[in-house]
Amino acid sequence: MTGAPLLEVEDLRIDLDDGSRRVAAAESVSFRIDRGETFGLVGESGCGKSITALALIGLLRPPLSIGAGVIRFDGREIQHLSAAAQRNLRGNRIAMIFQEPMTALNPVSPVGRQIAEMFVLHKGKSWREANQLAVEALGNVRVPAPERRVHDYPHQLSGGMRQRVMIAIALACGPDLLIADEPTTALDVTVQAEIIELMRNLCAERGTAILMISHDLGLVANVCRRVAVMYAGRIVEERGSADIFRAPSHPYTQGLVDSLPRLGSRAALGRNRLKEIAGVVPAISNFPDGCRFNPRCARATDICRTLVPTADFLEAGGLVRCHHHA
Amino acid sequence: MLEPQNGPGEARGDDDLILSVEDLAVHFPLGGGLFGRGRRLLRAVDGVHLKLKRGECLGLVGESGSGKSTVALSILGLVTPTRGRIVLDGQVVTSRPSGDRKALARTVQMVFQDPYASLNPRQTVRRTLEDPLRVHGVTARSEIEDRVATMLRHVGLRPEQADRYPHEFSGGQRQRIGIARALILNPRIVICDEPVSALDVSIRAQIINLLLELKDTLGLSYIMISHDLGVVEHMSDRVAVMYLGRIVENGDWREIFERPAHPYTQALIAAIPDPLHHAPLATTGGDLPNPLNPPNGCAFSPRCRYAEDVCRREPGPVLETRPDGHAVRCWRADEISGRVALALGEEAHR
Repeated sequence: MTGAPLLEVEDLRIDLDDGSRRVAAAESVSFRIDRGETFGLVGESGCGKSITALALIGLLRPPLSIGAGVIRFDGREIQHLSAAAQRNLRGNRIAMIFQEPMTALNPVSPVGRQIAEMFVLHKGKSWREANQLAVEALGNVRVPAPERRVHDYPHQLSGGMRQRVMIAIALACGPDLLIADEPTTALDVTVQAEIIELMRNLCAERGTAILMISHDLGLVANVCRRVAVMYAGRIVEERGSADIFRAPSHPYTQGLVDSLPRLGSRAALGRNRLKEIAGVVPAISNFPDGCRFNPRCARATDICRTLVPTADFLEAGGLVRCHHHA
Repeated sequence: MLEPQNGPGEARGDDDLILSVEDLAVHFPLGGGLFGRGRRLLRAVDGVHLKLKRGECLGLVGESGSGKSTVALSILGLVTPTRGRIVLDGQVVTSRPSGDRKALARTVQMVFQDPYASLNPRQTVRRTLEDPLRVHGVTARSEIEDRVATMLRHVGLRPEQADRYPHEFSGGQRQRIGIARALILNPRIVICDEPVSALDVSIRAQIINLLLELKDTLGLSYIMISHDLGVVEHMSDRVAVMYLGRIVENGDWREIFERPAHPYTQALIAAIPDPLHHAPLATTGGDLPNPLNPPNGCAFSPRCRYAEDVCRREPGPVLETRPDGHAVRCWRADEISGRVALALGEEAHR
């Protein structure tokens, strides 16, 4: 925890303009990631985790825009950079891999060319050199026979192989930060294990920090050192990843941890009715006042319905936003 | 609890069976030019045996491409098997006139993965639930209304919500509608194909609890297809593991999860991330092989850490059911699981 952090996000707000009015799709989002650290952002669809990532990489497009806050990367504010400056940062120092590699890759270009492009655009290499480097990059992500595979088109590869290509593209220029948005959601569990290990090892070797975004709290807790849980546009809890599973503090996090059938729990405890979280995730246009989890929370009182909870630092480390946290 | 499974042909305990899949094979011919030259055969399902008892939930797991969904579609009568028999409630349903499709639909129904894609956006919930009743000859207005209202209550919705359209419901509620549609004809068997994986994480427990409740109150039997082994362990009584069109292991849920015997089952379980530790995930190496060009010997041998010469040479042994009902298709299962080879298993082994 020494030295300036690689990434600092302070009070970020992302606005959604639906034509008639602006609503905050995410707000008061603050977190920091150190060099080489692994940090997870967990939440359900619509909680704001993916748009936060897009904001970091300068890919928010109308109707979404950054409404307020600061994003500091390597000591420099990047939220208002010009498009050209952002393009230079993106791919070069901050890279991103997406959930569905088939839609993120160009279907009409051989995968080797898509990797080589990175070296041409960001490192000023000739195509000849870049093609050589692409073979090497493909080998680094353990694609068998890379010198032949560079000529393949994305549709000729399996889902796992495509995600390896995505990783090769993302890591081509040796970025400082890799943002992985649901990188294995479309994959089988055995392939997921391979991709996660590959990503983890390559980033550890190169000192690349990872921001992993997922709905799968278990996976993120396994991969990342620290985890932030988002609910309805706000971070509700941020903890060391083992702590968040052993002793979750926010009622929403507690609900998530309790409601998921975990391998081995039936053998240990019998088949109990799973604990449900009542109600539904609120729509963006309809976020409740006060704590946004209050309509679903068993601990909610009057204060929760009126006052937005501030971040409380926990003795055990981490922080939580709840008026009645454990 | 579960009793040891009977061998094939034994009559005892068979009236307990609601579904029996015997040597099911589904092959799809692919490509090929004029007169079928160069045509290749995709063996999506190749010699699958399954038994489902009344009131039981059978978990069916395996990677995409392993043939789980093709087995489900065969049971539903939506795919014509190349070989084998499906016996539903004592009736052979394969190779019979297609007019019986309706009788089949009254026995087996399916809950789909995506409640956004599987409901007609232009039909009210009432219409979605009434249509199957009408098609199956329920005409009395009052009976239709009663059954729709009862079913909505069963799945935790209010009867007055019947005149709404799918877009007015949340994902969890839509899945409740999907379940109501599957149950409106009072089927005996429900095939649940990834019933919670498209839902928000905080909603999944509600649907899992609902499915288990309905199984008990309505006396249903389930085939539960899922890649989420936590959900499968929670819901299933028995579990069958498929790999490249075949069942490689089959047994009581506790046996499968506590003493997995097939290296593939072990790999599946080991690949699940442990949230409490940063331990690296166990990897298997390689992808599912191309089903058009399956490897020689045991289909898992190229990815198997225990593979020996025999595994690469001989196709996997037959799926032998041990007296405890646990069945494994692996040449080295007894060594690997570290068990004393049972008399039956030993003979099959050497």
